[in-house]
Amino acid sequence: MKYRILASCAALLGLAVATMGSALAQDTEADRRAKDPRNKNYIVGEKKSGYVFMTALTRDMQDDDFANPAFTVVDVGQEQWNKVNGKAGKSCASCHNDIASMKGVANKYPQYDSSQDRMISLQHLINRHLEKDMGAKPWKWESTQMLGMVALIKSQSRGMPVNVRLDGPAKKFFEKGREFYNQRRGQMDMSCAHCHDNNYGNMARSNVLSQGQMNGFPTYRFKWQGVGSLHRRFIGCNKNIRATPYKRGSEEYTNLELYMQWRSSGLKWESPSVRN
Amino acid sequence: MAKKPRVKVPSSAKKGDVIEIKTLIPHKMETGQRKGKDGKPIPRFIINKVEVTFNGKSVVTADLHPAIAANPYFSFHARVTESGTFNFTWTDDKGGKVTTSKKINVS
Repeated sequence: MKYRILASCAALLGLAVATMGSALAQDTEADRRAKDPRNKNYIVGEKKSGYVFMTALTRDMQDDDFANPAFTVVDVGQEQWNKVNGKAGKSCASCHNDIASMKGVANKYPQYDSSQDRMISLQHLINRHLEKDMGAKPWKWESTQMLGMVALIKSQSRGMPVNVRLDGPAKKFFEKGREFYNQRRGQMDMSCAHCHDNNYGNMARSNVLSQGQMNGFPTYRFKWQGVGSLHRRFIGCNKNIRATPYKRGSEEYTNLELYMQWRSSGLKWESPSVRN
Repeated sequence: MAKKPRVKVPSSAKKGDVIEIKTLIPHKMETGQRKGKDGKPIPRFIINKVEVTFNGKSVVTADLHPAIAANPYFSFHARVTESGTFNFTWTDDKGGKVTTSKKINVS
């Protein structure tokens, strides 16, 4: 339970604090948003999807598949799914048939790749298909095609609870991801936990801090005026605390993604979501 | 890879019905105020005109200015009295045009 400065002062002075129904202190904007009945399906125990920290207008955009600007890249993904690409003369559809067959795939990555002895994300797998199986050029992590394909595939799991396997060889990489999450870094000497575990609901400048859940990625961010990947968000967060970021698709970020997927487990997939 | 505009028009309607048409056009809408990493302003580049016609006649025309949101969602209503085609044209600062069309069956 987080105590606001106002609440503790009021308690000391024994003053009655006017409330909107809360017993201790005036509701913050984050409290008000969390109490919105629309958010019920986006909260699992203590875990709150980023959806809950958005304004009602932002949530309206996400709830309408037509108005959600992320779908402009999903459309690109759908085109690519059916498009023959590369020397083998195949499209994704040639082997995988309908995109609906991708339901549940969001929970299969990151997964362990024994040939490289590391975890791989869905993006790595897509490039492996492109290069090795299709004889095509790989896509850049943040390209429209890659974002579109990942958003398209993950959107097939919308409404399913987030989950990921941590058994066997994945375990040691999970621990590395957990270590990264909790490790102080950068000029500001902060860890992910400082904002997203200890201060969600509080403000960082003009933004309400979320729990940093990953169930909505790839996401359309107003800040980016476009769709971006989870690793792009990691880069932004690291830069915010003046730490040197790692590269998209790096082992560090893939391990972190694995940890964060475990951390978000139970929340429903919302990809592609709309966020600040 | 170019993102395409999204347009929603009912496939059929009764004569005299008022229908809602929804559009979403992907575009960065660079205002001209932002500065790049080199400190120099990034040039303005927006879609400055939206034109919608039905069977050749103008339904909606909108002039857009740099305050327009990126990837804007536009919706409007139209009364339909005959079957035909809605044509949508988005024109940008460089004169480039993006077009799409949707048919409607009116009985």
